[in-house]
Amino acid sequence: MLQIQDLSLNLDNKPILRNINLSIHRGEIHSILGANGTGKTSLAYVLMGLYRPTSGRIMFEGEDITELPVHERAKRGITLAWQEPARFEGLTVGEYLRLSRERGGGSISPERCLEMVGLTPFLYLGRAVDGTLSGGERKRIELASVLAMEPKLAILDEPDSGIDAPSLDHVVNVIRTLAKGGSSVLLITHHEQIAEIADRATCLCAGMVLKTTNPQDIVRFFRNHCRECLHINRPEEELVRNI
Amino acid sequence: MSETSDRSREFDAIVEAYERSGGDPSALLDGRFASLVVSGNKVLSSNSVPGVVLEGQETETGVRAYVKVEPGTKVPFPVHLCFGVLPQEGLQEIISEFEVGEGAKVKFLAHCFFPNATNVRHIMDSRVHVGQGAEMEYSETHFHGRRGGTEVVPRTQVEVEAGGRFRNQFKLVTGRVGRLDIDLEARLMERAVCDLEVKVYGKEDDEINVKESVYLDGEGARGLVRSRIVVTEEARSEVLGEIVGNAPFTRGHVDCVEIVQGERAKAKALPLLQVSDPTAKLTHEAAIGSVDKRQVQTLMARGLSEEEAVDVIVEGLLK
Repeated sequence: MLQIQDLSLNLDNKPILRNINLSIHRGEIHSILGANGTGKTSLAYVLMGLYRPTSGRIMFEGEDITELPVHERAKRGITLAWQEPARFEGLTVGEYLRLSRERGGGSISPERCLEMVGLTPFLYLGRAVDGTLSGGERKRIELASVLAMEPKLAILDEPDSGIDAPSLDHVVNVIRTLAKGGSSVLLITHHEQIAEIADRATCLCAGMVLKTTNPQDIVRFFRNHCRECLHINRPEEELVRNI
Repeated sequence: MSETSDRSREFDAIVEAYERSGGDPSALLDGRFASLVVSGNKVLSSNSVPGVVLEGQETETGVRAYVKVEPGTKVPFPVHLCFGVLPQEGLQEIISEFEVGEGAKVKFLAHCFFPNATNVRHIMDSRVHVGQGAEMEYSETHFHGRRGGTEVVPRTQVEVEAGGRFRNQFKLVTGRVGRLDIDLEARLMERAVCDLEVKVYGKEDDEINVKESVYLDGEGARGLVRSRIVVTEEARSEVLGEIVGNAPFTRGHVDCVEIVQGERAKAKALPLLQVSDPTAKLTHEAAIGSVDKRQVQTLMARGLSEEEAVDVIVEGLLK
């Protein structure tokens, strides 16, 4: 469904992503692990069209979407849940979810989307998506809005950060529901447990793909090489040689 | 044609304009609602209810209105005030006095419409007195035509006695603003609370000037001054939100957001805080500029074009 081909990104003349090659299959949950600052969010932004790559191509369902603007990608079924979602004065949760559903062509009701992220519809539909929501509430509403779109590809940038432990089950359930419905999920996370729900996983360092394989092996790899890394973005030579 | 039938026709026209602008005309016809309907310098109807006295006296250029809410009266339904000028040209001066007695509670819904204006001047000169422990909410919504020929000049002096509450909302987002020049000054005594909000959408060569000042003169008084202004094309706005903390333990906040769309629109925000007591605490936040990029990107990631995303954001801000 998604092919990332030789993708590189420079920002302020600094290399952020380097020759990334990665494929995401239909209905696949694909975790991206990596230490802070290794290019995970930048990759998400390039895929959504927020950053234009310096070189390389992004193919989605056989179409080259590298030059398409954000909303054209969304129309083709790609969406992104931000790590720190924007807040909107005067826009209610109900309006936000309806708008996402209508534009994405989804069929799940706003009420059901809220229930699935563990929020009571009666209490939230009329509230504004503004600063009165806690960080965790806002993130769950962002996830609900992705669910409402029923996208072909959901890029979730750390959907589990800032979420309390009991609510993590809701996050996992939403990801699984998306995949069951045929959506592919690119899941950026620090949580090893969450990463393990994926079908495949990739570890990034210095904007490079160090390894792509089953999530258990990637989690082990991450634990051994990245979790307490003292030389972030300077991967060991041996690891780079094996790419 | 008799004067009575002239007034009756004018009343029907005002009610129709009121309905077209989204108002509920039944409130103007239902005897349970206190109401005052003014067209130009004519008082077309005036209805008082128990505990609420509404008097309108016609002058050469407008109306002198007196509104009194008896002490202790909790008015169950909003009091409706309609001020309109239907011809293309005209001057309407509303000189009003609001007296809300001790412990009373009342909400006013004011609608002002100038749908055909090419040269209409609407001046409001109001004095408001909110008694001890009383609560008054005044919500004013304007409906203007598309020609920009309206000049709106509200001047308001407010005094809120100890423990009283005053909330004022001014909204002008439908049609062209023309020229708007708001000047509101509120003085608050002990533990009194004041919440002021202005929402305006300026287009073409509209001019918007807002000056709102809150003087926290009594211990523990609190004030909030909020404004949400959007200017497009060649419209200009200048907002001065001022809070003065003159008494111990007073708290105040100025919150101003101005969105500028297009290269020729201009906006200016001036939050002004003054403190003359060391225990007073005043804060402000002002955001001025284009629509937040992250908000636009978020909505675009849901499938909206950039223009649609900006419309949704602006609509929410001015709701």
